[in-house]
Parts: sequence; structure tokens; C-alpha cells
Amino acid sequence: MSAPALSSLETGQELFSRTVEVDRERLVRYAGASGDRNPIHYDAAFAESVGLPGVIAHGMLTMGLGASAVAEWAGDPGAVIDYGVRFTRPVQVPPTPGSAEVQIAGTAGPVDSAAGTVRVDLTVTSAGVTVLAKARATVRLG
Amino acid sequence: MSQDSTRPTSVDQTLVGRTYLPTETYEVTRERIAEFAAATAATHPAHTDLAAARALGHTDVVAPPTFAVLLAQRAEQVYVASPESGIDFSRVVHAEEQFTHHRPIVAGDRLRTVVHVDKILERGPITLVTTRAEISDGADPVATVVSTLAVRGPEEDAA
Repeated sequence: MSAPALSSLETGQELFSRTVEVDRERLVRYAGASGDRNPIHYDAAFAESVGLPGVIAHGMLTMGLGASAVAEWAGDPGAVIDYGVRFTRPVQVPPTPGSAEVQIAGTAGPVDSAAGTVRVDLTVTSAGVTVLAKARATVRLG
Repeated sequence: MSQDSTRPTSVDQTLVGRTYLPTETYEVTRERIAEFAAATAATHPAHTDLAAARALGHTDVVAPPTFAVLLAQRAEQVYVASPESGIDFSRVVHAEEQFTHHRPIVAGDRLRTVVHVDKILERGPITLVTTRAEISDGADPVATVVSTLAVRGPEEDAA
């Protein structure tokens, strides 16, 4: 869990990948931890009444899963100094005992040796579709 | 509600440039950080183990990178949920989110958040509302959270 050396990174290099199971329990946990208790994240009938296909994960939960992968790779959660995403599609979460899979992969973007930072570009997909676009973190390693 | 029929939603564009002052100080606790880390599958020990956090140079356990959303969304609500905003929250979806950390958030921080309404743009039947939450510890800036909400207009229901 030590920090990768900035000098060892090359743009385009694959850095990490992980898959996270997202089930209804995780949605409830995230609702409690974040304070976002919108019923579209636990009540299928409500979600359908506002035009959704069913219960969906919080966009911010999906974004958070990406951040966790970057933080672990970086060796220090405090090293992630900038992180932004665009939400493209929601992650649909089936009833218990089912779950959705969120796949996260990180690739090195440009390395800024003077600033001691690297941009990490994330690919985040579920059920074969991209759920976060322009998902990019800046990590300080210098 | 009286509304110009040529506009897609009732979002009030004259509020761009407005600032919403903090309503309360938020105290970051180790328990809150641990809960947020568990919910977001954040397994780095610095979230929960004081010794691991100190070994990295932090004064206490470190919050996950998106923890600041907890403060930002709470503060944004002062604007978003206000009658003057004209935002119908049942028609809102999250479009974009951006965190810039001026320093890591750690347990024991007492934080205040000021929200600025930066941009309101109409894109067909959608109105994009961009807010910027400036989080500080009273003396110094801690994090900047820029959030864009997409507000759907009524004609979207025809689809």
C-alpha cells in the first residue's frame, strides 16, 4: 500500500482494476453515511413512479467507489487532490439477494513532474455500459 | 404558477451570482468517516486506523475523497430547496460533480460551507444549474465542490 513512484509511470499505463458488488444493503449504508435518503435508492415503486427503471444507486456512491480505488492505489487517501466526473447512466440495483457489479479501471494520464502529480483516468462501467464519463482524478505522488 | 411558456423550467436565472451563507458548523468525526468509507468500499487503513493515518503525516484519520459531498449537499439544499430557486427537486438528476481538495479532511475538523450559484444554462428542455460549495475550517480553505444538477422540464414527460 505504499505510494507508486511518479517516475515509474507512463501515460496510458494500466494502474488498477476492481469490481465492486452493489446491492440494496450498500445503498442503505450509503444513504445513512451520506444523508441522501432519496427513495429512488430503495423504493422500486417510487423509482418507477418518477420514470426510472427501478431502484438505482446514488451517482455519488458510484463516484465514491471510483475514489476508493484511486485512494488505495495512491497509498494515501489524502493524495487525491482533485476528482471530477460526469454522470451518464444510473446503476440499476436488483432486489436482495441480487446485486449489480460496478467495474472500475484506472489508467495513467499525463504526468506533471514539476507539480509531482499524475492524472488518473477512470473507466467505470456496469452491465456493459459506461456509468461515469470524464472520470479523472489528480493524485499527488511527489 | 405563472411562467414564461418559452422557458423549459421554472428555474430562476436571476439568482446567478448569489451566495448562501453557512447555516451551521459541521464537525467531522471518526465514526462518520468510518461509515462513509465502509459504504464506498474504501479499504485504505488511514480511514479507520489512527496510527496508519499518522504514519502518512495526517493529524487524525482521513476522510475519503468524496466525503465533502456530505457538507456540500447539505449546504446546497439551502439554495436548491428554497422556493425562490424555482427548482422542482423531483425533476432533478445529478449531472456532474468535481472535488478539489486544498488539504485532506480529517477527523476533528470543524467545517463551514458557503454556496455560490455559479451558472444556470438552458439546454433544450433541461436547465443545468451549477453551484460551488466552498468548505473552510474558519481560517483556511479546505475543499471546493462544484456540482451541476440537470432540471427536467415538463415536456420531458411526454416521452
